Amino acid sequence: MKRSYNFGYYIAEGFRSIFTHGLMSFTAVFMIVACLLIMGSFSLVAVNLERELGKLEQDNRFLAFVDETYTREQAMALKTQIEAVPNVASVIFETKEEAQKNYAAKYASDKNAALYAELPAEVFRDRYAVHMTDLSLIQETVDAVEAVEGIEGHQAAPEVAQGFVLVRNVAAGVAAILIVLLLFISGFIIYNTIRLGTFSRREEIVIMKMCGATNGFVRGPFIFEGMILGLIGAVLAFFCQWGIYELIVQAIDTETTAQLLSVIPFQEIWPKVLGVFAGAGLVVGTSGSVMAIHKFLNV
Amino acid sequence: MIQLLDIHETYDNGTRALKGIDLRIKDGEFVFLVGPSGSGKSTIIKLITGEIQPTGGRIMVNGYNLGNIRPSQVPYMRRTLGVIFQDFRLIDKKTVWENLTFAMRAVGASPREISKRIPYVLDLVGLNYKGDRYPNQLSGGEQQRVAIARALVNNPQMIIADEPTGNLDPSRSQEIMLLLEKINELGTTMLVVTHEKELVNRFSKRVVAIENGRIISDETGGYYKNEEII
Repeated sequence: MKRSYNFGYYIAEGFRSIFTHGLMSFTAVFMIVACLLIMGSFSLVAVNLERELGKLEQDNRFLAFVDETYTREQAMALKTQIEAVPNVASVIFETKEEAQKNYAAKYASDKNAALYAELPAEVFRDRYAVHMTDLSLIQETVDAVEAVEGIEGHQAAPEVAQGFVLVRNVAAGVAAILIVLLLFISGFIIYNTIRLGTFSRREEIVIMKMCGATNGFVRGPFIFEGMILGLIGAVLAFFCQWGIYELIVQAIDTETTAQLLSVIPFQEIWPKVLGVFAGAGLVVGTSGSVMAIHKFLNV
Repeated sequence: MIQLLDIHETYDNGTRALKGIDLRIKDGEFVFLVGPSGSGKSTIIKLITGEIQPTGGRIMVNGYNLGNIRPSQVPYMRRTLGVIFQDFRLIDKKTVWENLTFAMRAVGASPREISKRIPYVLDLVGLNYKGDRYPNQLSGGEQQRVAIARALVNNPQMIIADEPTGNLDPSRSQEIMLLLEKINELGTTMLVVTHEKELVNRFSKRVVAIENGRIISDETGGYYKNEEII
C-alpha cells in the first residue's frame, strides 16, 4: 500500500465528493453554521456576563479599621503588612478626615445630608480599603488582615461577596451545561446529515470493500470531506457571528437604558472565536463522518 | 485455489442455507455453479468473499484460511478476487476510466500503475475507445464489460461472476461468456454463478450443481443436465 498516493487521493476525493454531492454538502455546512451560531451566540453572552460579574466583584472590598490609639504614622506603616496578606490585591489608606468627607458626599442627596455633613471626623477611624484577588476567600482574608497588630475591627459583607461568587458559579455552570448540550445536539444533527449523504454512497463503499479496500482507505475521503465541510461551516459561522455581534453592540450603544452594559469589542475576542469555531467545526465534521460511515463498513 | 470442506451455514433466522458443501476449485479452472433460486449459490459467494463466516467447516481462499482470518486481513484476501455482479454496480457519476481508477485506487495503486493497466484491460474487454463515457451512455453488454474490466483491473487470481448475464439478451450473454472464457485462458480462475441452462451447455466446462444447500452433481467437462434445477 502506497500511503503517499492515498493521502493525495483522500484530499482530491474529499473535495470532489463535496461538489458531486452538492446538496448534501450544502445541508451539512448549513447545519454546522446554524449550530455554531447558536452555540457561539450563547457562549458570547456567557463570556460577557462573566466579565460583568467579574467587574462587580472587583468593586467589592472590605474595610479594615486601625486601632484608635495608633498615630497617623503608625497607622500608615501597617500598609505593607496588610499587602503581604495572601489574596490581598491592593490596599488604599484612608484617613478619618477623608472618610468623613466621603461619607458626607455619599449621602449628599439624602434628606439628612446636613446632619451627616456635620459629623465630626473623630467619629470615624483611619482605615484601609482592601481589595481581594479571589472574592470567594473573603472570610479568610478578613481574618488574616484582622490578625495584623494595629487592626481593630472590619466592615465587610461576606454574604454579598458569597452571593456574587454563587451567581458567577451558577452562571458558569449553566453556560457550560448548555454549551455541552448544544454541542451534542449539533453533533447529532450533523451526524445525521452526513449519514444521509453517506447512505446514498453506500454502493461506492460496497464496491471499494469488494475490491479489497481497507476500512482506513474507505474512511479517508469521508474524513477529509467532513473536515473540509466543518472548516467551511466554521468560517461562514464566524463571519455571521461577527455581524450579529456588531449589530447587538450597536443596538446596546443606541439604547439608553442598555448603555450601563459594556460589551467586549469583537476585535478583542475574534481570534478565540475563530479558533473555537474552527476546532468545533473540525471535530463535529470529522467525527460525524467517521460515525456515519461506520455502519456501512461492515461488508 | 478455493477449498470448501464440509461447509455448513445457518442464518440467524434458522435457515440452513448450506448443509455440508465440499468443493475444490484449482488455479486456472473455469467452473459454473448452477442451481435454482434459494439453493445456496449466493451463500457460497458470500462465504468466499468473506462477507459472512461459515457456521461449520473450513474455507481456504487463495492461501487465506477464512475460518480464522483477522478482519484486517480480509481486504488483502479480497484483492486476490474480482467480483462481477448481475446489476453491474458501476458508479454512475464516474466515467468508465474513473470506475476502473476507483477500483485500483482502493488497493493503493500508483497513478503510473493505473495509467499503464487501464488501457490494457479496456482493450481486453473491447472498450478501448469508451474510457470517457459514463455508464448510462453504454449498452447493458458494455456496462457488464466495464464491470468485468473492473474485476480484472487489479489482476486477481480468481474472478467470481454472480449471474453476469442475468440482465442481458442472449447474444450479449454469449459475448460476455466468451470474454470470461478468454480471460480464463489468460490464467485467471473463473467461478460463474448462473442458472442459464442454454448458455452453460454451450461451453464445455466443469459444472457444479447445487440444490437445497447440497452439491448434487459435479462434472468436469460436462453439461448442465439436470432439467429440474432450472
